Amino acid sequence: MPKSYSIFSILRHALRPSEPWPEAWAKPAPKSNYDVIIIGGGGHGLATAYYLAKNHGITNVAVLEKSYIGSGNVGRNTTIIRSNYMLGANTAFFEKSLQLWEGLSHDLDFNCMVSHRGQIVVAVSPGQMDSFARRGNLMRLNGIDAELLDRKELEKELPYLDYSKHARFPIWGGIHQRRAGTVRHDAVAWGYARAASALGVHIIEDCEVTGMVMDGNKVTGVETNRGRILAGKVGIAVAGHSSHVARMAGLRLPVESHILQAFVTEPVKPMVHHVVSWGAELFYLSQSDKGGMVFGGHIDGFNTYTQRGQFFKIRDVMECAVSLMPFMSRLRLLRHWGGIMDMTPDGSPFICKTPVDGLYLNGGWCYQGFKATPASGLTFAHTIANDAPHDLNAAFALDRLMKGRELDEHGIGNWTYKQ
Amino acid sequence: MTSFRRLSQGGRIDRGRPLNFTFNGGKRQGFAGDTLASALLAANDIVVGRSFKYHRPRGVMGAGLEEPNALFTTGKGGTEEPNAIGPALELRDGLAARSQNAWPSPRFDLMAVNSLASPLFASGFYYKTFIGPFQKSWMFYEPFIRRAAGLGKTSYAADDVRHETRNAFCDVLVVGAGPAGLAAALAAARSGVSVVLAEQDFELGGQLLSGADAALEAWRAETVAALQAAENVRLLPRAVVQGIYDGNHAIISVGGTALESLRARSIIYAAGAVERPLVFENNDRPGVMLASALRSLANRFALVPSQRAVLLTNNDSAYEAAFDLAAHGVAVTVADLRREISGALMSRAAGQGIVVFPESGIAEVIAKPDVRAVKLSGRHAVTIECDVLGMSGGWSPLVHLTAHGGIKPRYDEAIAAFVPGAFASGHFAAGACNGVFGSRAAIASGDAAARAALGHLGRAKLPAAATLPEGEDLAYAITPVWNATQGSKGKAFVDFQNDVTAKDVAQAHDEGYSNIEHLKRYTTLGMGTDQGKTSNINALAIMAGLRGVGIGDVGTTTFRPPFTPLTVGAIAGRSVGHHFRPTRRSPLHDWHQKNGATFIEAGLWKRAWYYDWAGKTPQEAYVKEMELVRHNVGLSDVSTLGKIDVQGRDAGEFLNRVYVNGFAKLPVGKARYGVMLNDDGLVLDDGTTSRISETQYYLTTTTAQAGEVMSWLEFLAQCHWPELDVHLASLTDEWGGMSLAGPKAREALALALPGVDLSNEGLPYMGVKDITFEGVPVRLLRLSFSGELGYEIHCPANYTEALWEHLLKAAAPLGIKPYGLESLASLRIEKGHVAGLELDHRNSLDDLGLGKMASATKPFVGDVLRQREDMMAPERWSLVGLELLEAGKTLRGGSILFAANDEIKGHGRGYITSVTWSVELQRFIALGLYQGGLKHEGEEIICAFPLKNEQVKARIVSPMFIDSKGTRLHA
Amino acid sequence: MRIPCPHCGERDVNEFRYGGDATKQRPAHGDKDFQTWNAYVFEFDNPKGPHEEFWQHTLGCRQWFRLKRNTATNQILGGGQ
Repeated sequence: MPKSYSIFSILRHALRPSEPWPEAWAKPAPKSNYDVIIIGGGGHGLATAYYLAKNHGITNVAVLEKSYIGSGNVGRNTTIIRSNYMLGANTAFFEKSLQLWEGLSHDLDFNCMVSHRGQIVVAVSPGQMDSFARRGNLMRLNGIDAELLDRKELEKELPYLDYSKHARFPIWGGIHQRRAGTVRHDAVAWGYARAASALGVHIIEDCEVTGMVMDGNKVTGVETNRGRILAGKVGIAVAGHSSHVARMAGLRLPVESHILQAFVTEPVKPMVHHVVSWGAELFYLSQSDKGGMVFGGHIDGFNTYTQRGQFFKIRDVMECAVSLMPFMSRLRLLRHWGGIMDMTPDGSPFICKTPVDGLYLNGGWCYQGFKATPASGLTFAHTIANDAPHDLNAAFALDRLMKGRELDEHGIGNWTYKQ
Repeated sequence: MTSFRRLSQGGRIDRGRPLNFTFNGGKRQGFAGDTLASALLAANDIVVGRSFKYHRPRGVMGAGLEEPNALFTTGKGGTEEPNAIGPALELRDGLAARSQNAWPSPRFDLMAVNSLASPLFASGFYYKTFIGPFQKSWMFYEPFIRRAAGLGKTSYAADDVRHETRNAFCDVLVVGAGPAGLAAALAAARSGVSVVLAEQDFELGGQLLSGADAALEAWRAETVAALQAAENVRLLPRAVVQGIYDGNHAIISVGGTALESLRARSIIYAAGAVERPLVFENNDRPGVMLASALRSLANRFALVPSQRAVLLTNNDSAYEAAFDLAAHGVAVTVADLRREISGALMSRAAGQGIVVFPESGIAEVIAKPDVRAVKLSGRHAVTIECDVLGMSGGWSPLVHLTAHGGIKPRYDEAIAAFVPGAFASGHFAAGACNGVFGSRAAIASGDAAARAALGHLGRAKLPAAATLPEGEDLAYAITPVWNATQGSKGKAFVDFQNDVTAKDVAQAHDEGYSNIEHLKRYTTLGMGTDQGKTSNINALAIMAGLRGVGIGDVGTTTFRPPFTPLTVGAIAGRSVGHHFRPTRRSPLHDWHQKNGATFIEAGLWKRAWYYDWAGKTPQEAYVKEMELVRHNVGLSDVSTLGKIDVQGRDAGEFLNRVYVNGFAKLPVGKARYGVMLNDDGLVLDDGTTSRISETQYYLTTTTAQAGEVMSWLEFLAQCHWPELDVHLASLTDEWGGMSLAGPKAREALALALPGVDLSNEGLPYMGVKDITFEGVPVRLLRLSFSGELGYEIHCPANYTEALWEHLLKAAAPLGIKPYGLESLASLRIEKGHVAGLELDHRNSLDDLGLGKMASATKPFVGDVLRQREDMMAPERWSLVGLELLEAGKTLRGGSILFAANDEIKGHGRGYITSVTWSVELQRFIALGLYQGGLKHEGEEIICAFPLKNEQVKARIVSPMFIDSKGTRLHA
Repeated sequence: MRIPCPHCGERDVNEFRYGGDATKQRPAHGDKDFQTWNAYVFEFDNPKGPHEEFWQHTLGCRQWFRLKRNTATNQILGGGQ
């Protein structure tokens, strides 16, 4: 792929305004047949197509997106990347993802604004300090950076938290991963799309899959609102709607669709220099490069496909914000929105073959899909190309629940609506 | 040069009530009834801030919440708020406002150098630059870019404002008190239903306040008076309806510090419309304003341009501004982009001395930095010196709230605007919000909407249609000109706040970001604090033109709450800080507090952690308290345990099903330790359950899982096993409990409860006895998690403190003292009892060494899926005890376990769950999970804690560190 | 969202606890079939549209009940029973 984006190309275009910029990604009409179809033009689908082309030489690929690329959760999340996972396969997988993030802007020739500003999770009890210690120790033992902070050290990093005696949940310390951070989320979709397109992948927007073309237990293509498109292999990467698409092939998944809300305030000058998470309740916040505080909490708690949340949960999250960071009270909420999550019984994803021949699944991301995007694309591409999983995603198989191999990272238990 | 003059009379300001305020430190004066923006303009503060990206000088553009430019920081320290909207901020005495994004001042801003490099800052600038030269180069550039971004500033100081929240219900919510809203509220009120009328302004009337029609003003005054007098109407001025959520749930911010959650049976949207700017070169110069803002300044705030105004329009409404300005002696020129202009307008304009140039645009705005003159384009290429340039690109209905429920707006060609796409049941719209322009038409439409709403509410008798004020509305005709650029020098802004120009839109189109959502995200169009209220429609119309499709086909971006930015504090209300979540206190809380306890959070509970009799630090105190229990007797508060009364003919069968072990045959008067699984076969919870009678059991749960277990049991009983006669009641809050433990526990209890048979025959180990003590029911359970002779004593919460004090007093000669949670938890580690840290939803019965409890003869919840392949694997991590082998070192919770010869990396073979100093063994001991478990008993292993670069040696031992034969329990 | 409790009437959703798909038939107590339990515990229809589900009025009468709701719109289709 030619490296075309730089300050020089911008200067050239500034001096010669009559020369228009080329399209970031081509917009071809669908062909009747591809080697591989990826359903879903989000971060995971586009990354998969890119790695199919780049790592496996499979370029006769179409990404079918029912709306515009990046219209799903890649453009609705709170942009956090981190690799502070402790259970089995999660550790290596999410660390691989973080390593891919580190080189992504270079790899894609597209500035995804990968900011390694660090993430700190604030602990509110000695028991939580112990569980953070377990996590941090496991990270260190797997070559991942982690530091345990006592209260004093934390106060130096995050002076604006409520350390007063009035705090409902007193602060004990925290765990710091310096390589964690944020990424400009939309840029991930666009960067992967542009790079995949340059390698020959067809990115087809406004193309909704309405059914599977089956030959016995084998999928041979898809029906779409733009006609039937045949393919040797079909990958599903539509987290949020995985059940909906998998049902077209007769599959029932260990997935329920839930809404997760996200919030942004008006932009202000830099105040928060890390990603900050809280141990009292699920709450996480960072300040975007534009200046807005971007933050979120837990899912609303019941299944829905509406991308709009309930007010009680909005208030819950605002209460978290003000209680952890009292200054947040004066900032103005600019906008809030929702994304649909594939919630699984153990809180972990699926990147795997399915019981249907030629059909592959990438889903069940709960609310951790964004940070996983590069590794998810890498391993899903591998799984599709080789009809067998990569070492990194072998544990993310559909039958792991049936086999008692749950990956319940947070020890929440078998409730999709609590994971 | 842009300047304004205050009229000596007229307007809605109170000249008798001057208000002092400051702007960038300078003293200013306005009047009651002014907004910050009108008062600043009256003081001829024309340049009030700088734009986000290019730091271009900016002035006030609009007359309300839609304002993109005139944003201010107000207050200081704990009241400092960034981004206050000038034209929507009611002036108050002592207000201190500061410009944003400008240093040292809005007129001389050093960052304006950005403007010089502006050709570079086109769409997607950041995505194409700062990539190299190294992988993490962005980390070098980011701090500079962050510092340049951001609008206002605030401090880390906590908030001084006290926010209130409230809940309310009504029959009809009317959003907006313009002509349509007032008419709707009046009609609804007259039928007797309960009405809430919410208006964002501090005065009721909407557009009527900015008009000059005497008949309409009379109607307004009369209607407001009637509504004020009506008992079934709540008028909410300064109230912004911020969002409509599922279930007709409206969130209304009232006065900035209160938030109302209103459930309305019916909603009438009468939010009005905002005027659109026109897109032409240098349309952002200070002094270029919306025509409607000029009209509002003149009629409402008695403020007109000093001498001359030029108006640029593509529709008829700008003529209302022209007429009203001319009436106050302002020389007015209208440049109309259209060829066809109605004769009536032309002749009325001529009558007022207004010069109208049809088919004219703006070739050049001459500004320094505020407007000095404009040069027209087209057939009348004249240069006109002027104070202001008013622009009108037509009107956009405020459809936001109608779309919050997921209904997309629809494009109406006739008025060149988006109108509500459809309505949920019980929702209606009226007036400009629904595309009905003109005040009298709005009144009629509001009145009709109210009657429709009353019909929806099932009112049989509907009021007759309202009589309209006399006179006629000015007709509204528009010929949209979305891109009025003339190809001359300068930027033509579409989004003023985020500095997005028509060229940026074109470039985004070239690059394929032509979906309206891509356009928004790529250029940041519509992502400012105004959320594109003035810019979105212009942008998507320009994009539609570039794509060659209809505006309706391009569609809008999604409308999301809040309607206008709302402080996080206002939404959070009072449940913050100390009140963030309810605090659960044991019935003994006050006693603990008075008697030297230090508390610790356990979920929502505050529990006594340790007592000062034992030491000043937890490390010191818990060891003393352990010694007390091991050698003497102690009393601890266990009121937080979940306590469930299980009654019914089938209570035994019910418990038999939910516990892995049997309970149906438990004799009356006996207790048994039980474990329950989830359906997936993993351990859910443990606890002791005793049989009180043939049909009554008393079940206890862990503190952490009490709520979950209660819900789960109710679920099974109510939804799945309705055939069982079983009834459940939580006693967690109704009953308190205490644990009496130590070799002298029986002696202590005997002193407190003389006459009760506490012998091994009278109350054997795992025996239960209900007694009455001084008229109070007391439940004695002989059980122990510490391993010592022990009793749990439960009684109604009201009496718990009295009983506790009685026990301490009666047993004082023995040296009894209270002990806290830390020692309670440590004692159970010595005895090898699992607790919350081990019961983490990831472990099977066998993992916890409890496999033998599972009944082989009866089915129980989870019995099938506990046999899943990996859960039966021989090498699972299971419970072990650990003894530290290195004197002078410590064991730490969260250590990772390795066999002696393992390389110290990867996930290890297990981890430490709980650690304590053992007073019995005089060394650190721990519980942990280890691969293969007690098969490795006696082996020396390594506990790694790389976070502190520590490794210590420990030995795997039985988790039951003390009294493995149970002689103490049975003593 | 407002949820109709069969005992207490319509209340805000935050008074309730969601309990999952109510069309799944819980296997009879003592049913030993592994596949039946596996499907009951780990598989979901998860439809986008009408859905029957369990709710409990946890901050009220504590009654569990079935509710029909459209997951595509959150519209309540049938009251609690």
